[in-house]
Amino acid sequence: MRRFLAAAFVLLPALPAGADSLEARLAACLACHGEKGQSAVPEVPSLGAQPAFYLTIQLFLFRERLRVVEAMNKVTQGLSNAELRDMADFIAKLPPPRPAGDSPDPARMERARALIAQHRCNFCHNRDYSGEQNVPRLAGQREDYLVRALREYKSNTRRGYDASMADVLYAIGDEQILDLAYFLARLR
Amino acid sequence: MIARSSSLQSLLLAEIFVAVALAPPVLAQQTADQPAAQPATPTAAPEASKPIPPIQPQPSTVPGRPDIPNAEVARELRNVAPLPFGAPEDKLPIPQLKLPKDFKIEVYASGIANARSLRLGDKGTVFVSNRLLDKVYAIVDRGGRRETKVIASGLDRPNGLAFHQGTLYIAEGTKISKLERIEDQLDNPPKPDVIYSDFLNHQSHGWKFMGLGPDNKLYVNVGSPCNICEPPATNGQIRRIALDGSGAEVVARGVRNSVGFDWHPVTKELYFTDNGRDWLSEDLPEDELNRVRKTGQHFGFPYCHQGNFTDRELGWGRSCEEFEKPVALLGPHSAALGMRFYTGRMFPAKYRNSIFIARHGSWNRTKKIGGDVIVATLNKDGSVKSWEPFLTGFLQNNQYIGRPVDVQVMKDGSLLVSDDHAGAVYRVTYGGDKVAKR
Repeated sequence: MRRFLAAAFVLLPALPAGADSLEARLAACLACHGEKGQSAVPEVPSLGAQPAFYLTIQLFLFRERLRVVEAMNKVTQGLSNAELRDMADFIAKLPPPRPAGDSPDPARMERARALIAQHRCNFCHNRDYSGEQNVPRLAGQREDYLVRALREYKSNTRRGYDASMADVLYAIGDEQILDLAYFLARLR
Repeated sequence: MIARSSSLQSLLLAEIFVAVALAPPVLAQQTADQPAAQPATPTAAPEASKPIPPIQPQPSTVPGRPDIPNAEVARELRNVAPLPFGAPEDKLPIPQLKLPKDFKIEVYASGIANARSLRLGDKGTVFVSNRLLDKVYAIVDRGGRRETKVIASGLDRPNGLAFHQGTLYIAEGTKISKLERIEDQLDNPPKPDVIYSDFLNHQSHGWKFMGLGPDNKLYVNVGSPCNICEPPATNGQIRRIALDGSGAEVVARGVRNSVGFDWHPVTKELYFTDNGRDWLSEDLPEDELNRVRKTGQHFGFPYCHQGNFTDRELGWGRSCEEFEKPVALLGPHSAALGMRFYTGRMFPAKYRNSIFIARHGSWNRTKKIGGDVIVATLNKDGSVKSWEPFLTGFLQNNQYIGRPVDVQVMKDGSLLVSDDHAGAVYRVTYGGDKVAKR
C-alpha cells in the first residue's frame, strides 16, 4: 500500500494534503478495488489496466451522481475535473487482473465465443478484451461483477455513458449473460 | 466545468490542431435519389502505360477465426465518446470549419458539456439540452455579452426541448415536464413540473427529441429500444400530446429513432430525420429524411430500410411498397439529427424554406462520414430537390474535432449549431459587411 501511495504522491505533487486529499481517496479506492489492480471483494470490479478515459468518464458519472453507487458518489464528491483525471491516470497504471484460476468448462467457453462473434463484443472491447478509450477492459474481470453489470445494462438500471451496452443487451438473455461473464473472467 | 490542463484535453487539442490543409472540403451538389456519400477528393486517373495494381486483400477477420475481427477494422468501428467536460473557448475547432463564400462562424457559447438540442425563448434566451449529462442550460445575450446558466439539473437524459408562450417543456427519458415563465426566473428557476410520463424506461434510444407543432401540441420521438428489433407497440413512433399532457396520439409509426423534426413553413407538413440501423453494412442503410403527409403513416422500421430494401432478418414476408418512402437519403450511418427550415432573412434567398440538417457523424463505418451541417433544397411540391454540405470540417483524418447535433434559426436570421463533442454552440452569419470587417 505504502508504495502505491508514494507513487500517487509523486504523480500528483501539486495537490494539497489533508483528510480528503487525493492520496487519502486513492487509499480508499484501493482498499476495496485492490492495491494491485485485482479486487478481492464480491461484486467490486478489478480496475487494473482499465483505460484512463473510461475511468475518467465513470468517476465523472459518480461525481455527478449520474451513476448512483453511494460509496463511489462519496469518494468522488468535490473532486475537480483535473483530480478525476489524475485519479484515473493513476488507477490505469495498476497491473491487469489475473484470470480466474480454475480449469474452464470448454462447452461454456465455446458458447460464449459464439455469442461474442454474434454481438461483436471484441470490436469495441478489443480482440484481447483489454478495452481502449471509453470502452472498458473485460479480460480477467471478476465474474460476479460482470454478471451484475450486464444484468444492470439489460434491465436499464445502469446507465452507461452512452447506450451501446443497452443496444447489445436487448437481444441477450440471462443464461447468455452467465456464459459471457464466465468466459471473460477466465480469459487467458 | 472546464479544466485546461490534462492529458485527455491535450489529446483533444492534438486532434483539433491537425493540419486543416490536408482535407479541404469539396462542396458537391447531391441529388436526393443518388446514393449519398461524403464528397470525395477527386483522384487522378491511372496512366494508361502503368499496369493497374491488384487489390490487396484486407481480411475483416483473423484468417481462420471469423469470430475475431481484424484489429484495424474493429478500431474504426468503436463507438465515439466525447469528453464529459466542455472544451475551453480558445480550443474549439473554429479555424478548421468551412462554409460557403461570405458565411462566417463564431463561438456563441462555450463550456456547455454535451450541448444537444437548441430552442429559442420569446425573449431571446437560447436553451440548450443534454443527452449524456443531466442539465438544461440557458444562454442569455445582453448586447453581445453572453452568459450561460444552468436552469435544471439532476434530469434523466433531458434531450428534448420545446418552447411555447413563456413555458419551456423538457423531454427526459421517461417524462415530459415544464418550466413556466422561465425567462423571468432564470436565476432562480423552479423545479420542472411533470405533465406526461407514459413512456417505457429504456437506455437504447431512450432519449427524446421534442418540438412544438403548428397545432400547438408537443411532438415527441419515442425511439426503438434496440438497434434492430420488433419494437413494442408503444415505441418506434412520433407521438403528439396537448400542452397539458392529455390526448396522446401517434403521428408517425415505423420510426427507428428520430432526433430531429420541423414543420414546413408554408404547407405545415412535418418532416423528420430517422437514423438507420447499425451493423448491416458499411454503406447501407442510409439515414432518412421523411415527410408525414397523413397522421399515423408507417415509415418502414424494422421491416424496410431507406424505402427500398427489406431487413435481412425482420423483412421476410414484407415489401417496401407497404411503407412510406423517405424524401431524401442522408448517408449511411451519418446520424442525421437536428433540423430546421430556414425562415430567416439574413442568408441569401436560395436558402429560404430549405432545411438545415445537422449530421452528427457515423461511428458504425470504418471511413466516417457526416460530422457536418447540410442544407436540403425543396421543390414546390415539398419533395427534396437536392442537398449539399453547408458547414464542414468537424471530421479530420477520420476523427471528430466536434459533432453537430442541432440547429436553430435566430430572429436576426443567423443560424446556431450545437456541438456535443466539444461542448459548444456556434453562430453562423452571412454578409459582405461582416466579412469585410475581418
